[in-house]
Amino acid sequence: MGAYFSEIFRGLQSLATGLGITFKEFFKPVVTVPYPFETIKMSERYRGHIELIESEEGTPKCVACGMCQRACPSGCISLASKSVEYEVEVKGEVKTKKRKVLTKYNLNFTTCSLCGQCVESCNFNAITFSKEYNLASGRKEDFHFDLLNRLEERNS
Amino acid sequence: MSLTILNVVIAVVIAIAFAALNAAYLVWAERRGAGRIQRRPGPNVNGPLGLLQPPADGLKLMTKQLVIPGGADKALFVVAPVLAMVPAIMSFVTIPFSENVVARSMNIGVLMIFAFASLGGMAILFAGWGSRNKYGVMAAVRAVSQNISYEIPMLITVITIVMMTGTMNLKELVAGQSGGIWNWNLLPSLSSPLMPVAFLIFFVCTLAETNRAPFDLGEAESELVAGFHTEYGSMGFGLFFMGEYANIVIGASLITILFLGGWGCPLGLFPSVWWFLLKIYLLIFSFIWIRWTFPRTTIYGLLNLSWKILIPISLFNLLLTAGLLKVF
Repeated sequence: MGAYFSEIFRGLQSLATGLGITFKEFFKPVVTVPYPFETIKMSERYRGHIELIESEEGTPKCVACGMCQRACPSGCISLASKSVEYEVEVKGEVKTKKRKVLTKYNLNFTTCSLCGQCVESCNFNAITFSKEYNLASGRKEDFHFDLLNRLEERNS
Repeated sequence: MSLTILNVVIAVVIAIAFAALNAAYLVWAERRGAGRIQRRPGPNVNGPLGLLQPPADGLKLMTKQLVIPGGADKALFVVAPVLAMVPAIMSFVTIPFSENVVARSMNIGVLMIFAFASLGGMAILFAGWGSRNKYGVMAAVRAVSQNISYEIPMLITVITIVMMTGTMNLKELVAGQSGGIWNWNLLPSLSSPLMPVAFLIFFVCTLAETNRAPFDLGEAESELVAGFHTEYGSMGFGLFFMGEYANIVIGASLITILFLGGWGCPLGLFPSVWWFLLKIYLLIFSFIWIRWTFPRTTIYGLLNLSWKILIPISLFNLLLTAGLLKVF
């Protein structure tokens, strides 16, 4: 009989403790972020799709060597380049030299597994992970990114 | 006579409006309260403080199609939501909000409310059985066994109070407690020293009767999808929801009338309808608070609580009160 009542009392006590905790929590400030109106900064290590890095002049740092394209296990990077001639002064003489310039850098994000081999393989620090995570669409064409175009849009 | 019938018709219209408004805004209060307890804001996008959320939800429910599943018992399926809502509204007719704000003061008011409350269990049974869904049937079986086992301690407690006060008229029950907090049935009296325990029993039984957490086995989402209203959509579901919240208001009103002095002020001054509303909304807040604190019980724990603890103690209280009433 004593055990019966002590169980009831201990039960009631634990219920009261629980109620006390939630009552205190009721008056504490909220900890959530109202997502579409406010967002939190993504951490340094977050891996979104890749993005081209620009130099000081606003042009892509990429020299179109194609290392990333070769490193990609899923073959989702395709790039194209053209060679342009430019003049440079060496020891008082003006010489014309050739250089590759990036004309197209497409990423097929539908097959990308975010392994990061492309970023790792780049010797010119020309690509990085973006912090983009609001990616949702019903059409797969929306995930074929033209990174060169995105860079220009960012600059304009 | 025709005047009293008109009186009742007007009262029912007001009761429907009151029940619907309460159901809508208690959902809002519940969601906001749950949010606060879980340290998030709750619905706050539609209108200031999210106050336009209930009309939006109502519009959504009303514009949806009512799908009757194949193989369902059509009559029971359609009747069940109505049966959940109507008794709840009918109970409002006899609840005295203040000395003058009462549609029909009946000599058997307590009896009437409990009779209608029992119909709520039937609605759940019809819904679960009629929708021909295994989750629905399981939920119906659970809810009915729960309702039956919790009605017993509830009614025994009510009998104790009726014995003490000698009336089943809700208005007279409140009148007997007028004049301040020391006259309330909540406090132990000479003839019934266990009144606070009786209040606790009645409170727990109200939670169980209204199928609220931690006794919401009838719609245990994690086990039974949505319980008895798994197959209901649109306004069928809406009616169940409204009935549930109307029952919560009635449960809170009953506790207020039986234990907390109805429309009386704790200090015995200015009795008015506002005290009644304040008391029921404080009780409803405590229901919400309890819901978001405790996890759901098991069916065994639920039935054990009723049959092994609540019924013996309420029976003991009944016998003790009966004996002491003879002495004093």
